[in-house]
Amino acid sequence: MQFDPFIIPFNVGLYFILFYAVARSVIWFRDLSRPDKLRLQRGFFGRAFGQSLKDIFLESLVHRKILKSNFRLGYMHMSLAFGWFLLILFGTIEADVFGQNHLNPPYKAIFFKFFNPDHGRIGLEAAYSFWMDLLLAFILSGLLLAVIKRFTSRVVGMKKTTHLKTLDKVALASLWLIFPSRLLAESFTSGAYGTGSFLTGSLGSVLASFLPAMELSYPFWWLYSLSLGTFFVLLPVTRYMHIPTELFLIFARNSGIRTGDRPGAFKEIQTYSCSSCGICIDACQLNFSAGISNIQSAYLLKGIRNDEDVSEIADNCLMCGRCDQKCPVGIELTPLRMVMRRAGVVVKNDGNIWKRYFPDRQTLPVSKSNGHPLYDWLPEPETVKADVLYFAGCMTHLTPAIKKSMVKILDASGLKYNFMDEQGGVCCGRPLMLAGQDKEARELINYNSQIIWKSGAHILVTSCPICYKVFKESYYLDVEVMHHTQFIQMLIREGSLKLNFLQKKVTYHTPCELGRGSGVYDEPKRILKHIARLQKTNFDDENSLCCGGSLGNSKISYQKKSKIARDAAAELTKSDPDMLITACPLCKKTFSSATGIKVADIAEIVVEALAVPKSKKSQPAGAFNRKEPASIN
Amino acid sequence: MGNFGFAILKERHIDYDANDKSVAEYIYDHEPSFRVCIECGCCSATCTTGLFTKFSLRELNILIKRGENEQVRDNIVKCMLCGKCTLVCPRGVNTRNVIMLAREAFQKNLKNAV
Repeated sequence: MQFDPFIIPFNVGLYFILFYAVARSVIWFRDLSRPDKLRLQRGFFGRAFGQSLKDIFLESLVHRKILKSNFRLGYMHMSLAFGWFLLILFGTIEADVFGQNHLNPPYKAIFFKFFNPDHGRIGLEAAYSFWMDLLLAFILSGLLLAVIKRFTSRVVGMKKTTHLKTLDKVALASLWLIFPSRLLAESFTSGAYGTGSFLTGSLGSVLASFLPAMELSYPFWWLYSLSLGTFFVLLPVTRYMHIPTELFLIFARNSGIRTGDRPGAFKEIQTYSCSSCGICIDACQLNFSAGISNIQSAYLLKGIRNDEDVSEIADNCLMCGRCDQKCPVGIELTPLRMVMRRAGVVVKNDGNIWKRYFPDRQTLPVSKSNGHPLYDWLPEPETVKADVLYFAGCMTHLTPAIKKSMVKILDASGLKYNFMDEQGGVCCGRPLMLAGQDKEARELINYNSQIIWKSGAHILVTSCPICYKVFKESYYLDVEVMHHTQFIQMLIREGSLKLNFLQKKVTYHTPCELGRGSGVYDEPKRILKHIARLQKTNFDDENSLCCGGSLGNSKISYQKKSKIARDAAAELTKSDPDMLITACPLCKKTFSSATGIKVADIAEIVVEALAVPKSKKSQPAGAFNRKEPASIN
Repeated sequence: MGNFGFAILKERHIDYDANDKSVAEYIYDHEPSFRVCIECGCCSATCTTGLFTKFSLRELNILIKRGENEQVRDNIVKCMLCGKCTLVCPRGVNTRNVIMLAREAFQKNLKNAV
């Protein structure tokens, strides 16, 4: 049995973190709701298992998503995670193959060089040493980038990096110390024994030439063990908790567990999976347009982890979902923020560090406690029978050109329709939800649902993506909910709308609630390609910008909103198009005052392209006087 | 004071000393843009709730500033937060937040609780 006292800190840390990870996983599993538990069990013994292993390899180790979007940052994370993993893996193999015993305790692999200083002189052993040195060099190159990033984040292509707390800094310092101390410890030992490969061997012989290598190696082995031990012990209370948590998250997500709208164990798992890498900060328009750089998702999650009052942070967000798309861990950031909005002000921080190892179960109120609205004034719902219902929405009433265009399109389609809120209707409920008042939103949802149910319609068309999202997700309806872009696309495909090609260059702005919020990307672009020359922008589809007018943010000032709008409009009109087309009345309203180029809704340009029938007789049968509902497929 | 033949009608009397300005102060603190409101009434003109009820944000704004909170407390709860008023405001007042803050203020100050 080879033993030396310096391995104690490492062993304490290692067994602590292993025990802790198991205990925490058990607690999380216990706190999951019953259906989620079943999902996880099914996922663990089913097909999701293989997928999870693949994801863990690609995302947690290789960091594929970060590599794709930012190579240098990805390399930094990959060299640390994948490099360390390989070092442990091949270190264990080395200890098992070349050591005295096979099947060793973990510390043998970590401190192999100390216990086998003569290893690696010739043949296969030397080749293996070369490989191990290469891995260490790989990690050190990433570490060098990480150190530089801390001081000038632009080196790795990031404009902003997260600010750290004291404990985070201690953990960071211990993480940084691990590999240089290993390098020096191995080098001194190699120098003393004349072994080692290109890195440890060369450095060792240089150091041994003017320093007492044998005596100096021992303190560095201590330092190596201590920094490993410190890192492991601090891991649960710092952002490095993301390392074990992400594994759990990947399994849970692949098993089909989603945040939903309630706080719970899965929310906590996601909160701890955040590595505070800061990619969300760079993606956020509040940061790069409005100069607000303390409310991004990384800070929200950090605040939740530290039990701080995050209500200000939670409310100050456009809810555009750009960070959701960019997050390399794939955390559902916007749903998490909604959960925190619903909770309102929650403070539990009692400054006890020990409690942070096993935090209380986060019991958040399901609905906000302050300021209950009251909707006893809602009028009696009036219903008119129709096949197609058109719900313009509040915002469309502010931009009458859109609703007039939609009426023309509906008239031209020949369908039997009813304009549900022609005289101004009751709000769809999403603005209340965005303010964290779901219970109150239900009252409005129930009211509108009654009208829709009783009308007997097959299709509900809305012009507003905000309404579309809530109709689609939070209403229990037996109708096909369509955004007007989908509806127009359906009419074109069926041949009910005859459109001319306009000689116009247009760019298309994907509204947040329609694109990232509801996943409708193709239909509007197909319509535009059909009737005009659609130009590409740098911010298409998932990467689209927010217009700044979002109802999601109730805290931002008018000046900052219009700054965001101007910046976004400038980006979208870079190619100098004739028109900037959008599919959201709120975006249209916001952009109209932010750019000199004509801003129009997609319905307006469709009406412009609408072919005027030459004579009534030459119409194709059924195109303009059809009365049966359009087929839904 | 001599009798000029004019008198202050009781119902048109605004007593600034007796009125409770705490709600207005709370809103000023958290939403400074409330100060630049000129009570033009664009918000009331576009209001969806105003279509169905007598709800008028312009009126409520004036009452909050005067400190006559009784009527505000009963009416502020009717808003659906749809945000049209914020979009039409020519002064850039974040009216949606004003309403949310007013509700919060009433909630926090228990004697005025909604």
